[in-house]
Amino acid sequence: MSSSQMKSASRRWSIASRVLAAIGGGYALISLLTLALPLALAPLGINQAQVLLAATTASFLIYVAIVMAVFHARSAARAWAGLAIMALPLSAVTLLLLP
Amino acid sequence: MKEAFRQSMAWLHTWVGLLVGWVLFFVFLTGTLGYVNAEVDLWMRPEQPQLAAFPPAADMLASAEQRLRERSGEAEEWLIIFPGDSGVRGAGDLVVGRRAWPVDGEMSGKRTLETLDPRTGLPIEISARETAGGHTLYRMHYVLHYVPEKWGRWIVGIATMLMLVAIITGTIAHKKIFRDFFTFRSARGQRSWLDGHNLLAVTALPFHVMITWSGLVFFQFMYMPVAIDMLYPEGTPRDRFFEEAYGFDQIDRDAARPAAPLVSLLPLLARAEEHWGTGSVYFITVDNPGRENARIIFSAQDKDSVDRTRAFLRFDGVTGSLLESGTGTRTAAGWFNGVLLSLHEGRFAGPVLRFLYALAGLIGTAMIGTGLVLWSTKRKAKLLKTDKPHFGIAVVDVLNLGTVVGLPVGIAAYFWANRLLPVEMPGRAAWEVHAMFIVWGLTFLYAIARSLDRAWVELCWLAAAACTLLPLLNALTTDRHLGVSLSSGDWVFVGFDLSALAAGLFFALMARHLDRRKEAVR
Repeated sequence: MSSSQMKSASRRWSIASRVLAAIGGGYALISLLTLALPLALAPLGINQAQVLLAATTASFLIYVAIVMAVFHARSAARAWAGLAIMALPLSAVTLLLLP
Repeated sequence: MKEAFRQSMAWLHTWVGLLVGWVLFFVFLTGTLGYVNAEVDLWMRPEQPQLAAFPPAADMLASAEQRLRERSGEAEEWLIIFPGDSGVRGAGDLVVGRRAWPVDGEMSGKRTLETLDPRTGLPIEISARETAGGHTLYRMHYVLHYVPEKWGRWIVGIATMLMLVAIITGTIAHKKIFRDFFTFRSARGQRSWLDGHNLLAVTALPFHVMITWSGLVFFQFMYMPVAIDMLYPEGTPRDRFFEEAYGFDQIDRDAARPAAPLVSLLPLLARAEEHWGTGSVYFITVDNPGRENARIIFSAQDKDSVDRTRAFLRFDGVTGSLLESGTGTRTAAGWFNGVLLSLHEGRFAGPVLRFLYALAGLIGTAMIGTGLVLWSTKRKAKLLKTDKPHFGIAVVDVLNLGTVVGLPVGIAAYFWANRLLPVEMPGRAAWEVHAMFIVWGLTFLYAIARSLDRAWVELCWLAAAACTLLPLLNALTTDRHLGVSLSSGDWVFVGFDLSALAAGLFFALMARHLDRRKEAVR
């Protein structure tokens, strides 16, 4: 394999990885967000159902931002790491507060 | 850094746009026709006479109620929608609907709607030809056709999500958004397509963002089920969610309640009209008809409201006593959702605003079309240097032509089928739709068989002819040609015929332009 072929193959893998991160990772992240936000805000006296509704409505815009960030990240690995860092506190909130 | 961001967004815009462009072109064009679906319904039922005024609501209610009671059986809900002003969807029809009790595993029962002729109170098929009408065309923009509805909603939803990505990345990819907006370099091949694409995109940018986002919000809990399923599972918790989140009233959906006769709806209509004025009731729903927990809800016309709230009166379905007179106020989140959905549908829009809606929809359609063509033009410009044919680009070219010009030809065929299929033909409505998809499919074959340049010119001429000749076809097959409709103030028929002529003119100009450009290249 020549070095240009290797470069093109690694570029393809990087794109495939980003596509997966954007679609799958992004979707998982906004799902988690719509779950964690109502749970986190309910103890503050904000109606949980209304937060869920508002978060779901907004989630599509957040999804766009995530997709953009994933494709702009310097490497696919950094994109995945970014997703994981954002998912961490959301998962913690969910696990703690989910009845 | 800024330049790198612009470039990565341009890359994303290009590929996301190509991936879903064809589906989106279909969604945008059929959705745009949805802004006039009631008018298209009327055009496709030429036997139904032009209606100067609707009969009194009491007469229409009497036939609607009779229809619902005759076909009694068990129902969870009845629905009666009165015909209203032209700004309201379903304008000319009296609609009755029933929702069956949910069968095991269903979230809600199956709803069947029936259209009645407001003059006779009988099913519309008795007084006019059976037709799939404008409403079927409009439904295609969110459930597609020939696939289960759920798949249709998912496919359209995924495409819509990517549309939102394409819109926002496309705006960022733009280097000089303001200067480009005032730039149009005509007849310069790729440059012109790009300028045109930019101009269309920026002109209606707020509309594009609104229509795409709100389109997702319609089925937001189908697309985003995880949180609601975990926090508010099906059943009582889910009912509580809708009550709390939107401010909807909870409906008692207990099938096991004892039977009790339903009061007559007519005296209640009189009381509603006392409240809001004559002809002011938009629709009536009856929950649990024939049960002791029956509730009858009258909702007022809301044509001026942009947030889907409307005044309502709730009656006890057994005693007929007034239980509640509400204004339909919502929670903040529920109100915002109402505004988004209402903006999407544009039911509140008067004639001028509705024209702008349709125009913005067409601009969006053209934006997608020019974007698709641009993808292939750009790549071919690069390829010329190496000069080897590229299979991928050839596939895109065929799909582009078959979609951008082929779909309008298919839709024209839908209207032709409406006039040409025998009036008494069984399964007529379904065949109107088949005609559309068969003709549309043939345009793809044509795009494969002919050289690309020739096929573009010829299909544009075909689209031009198919649209321009529609008024003539209408004149030959009905007694409501343009002369008649103009002199009798039949604006539905005037509007349809003139729109068809305008569409025909558009395709003729495009055909001529492409033909000339080809000559010039040679």
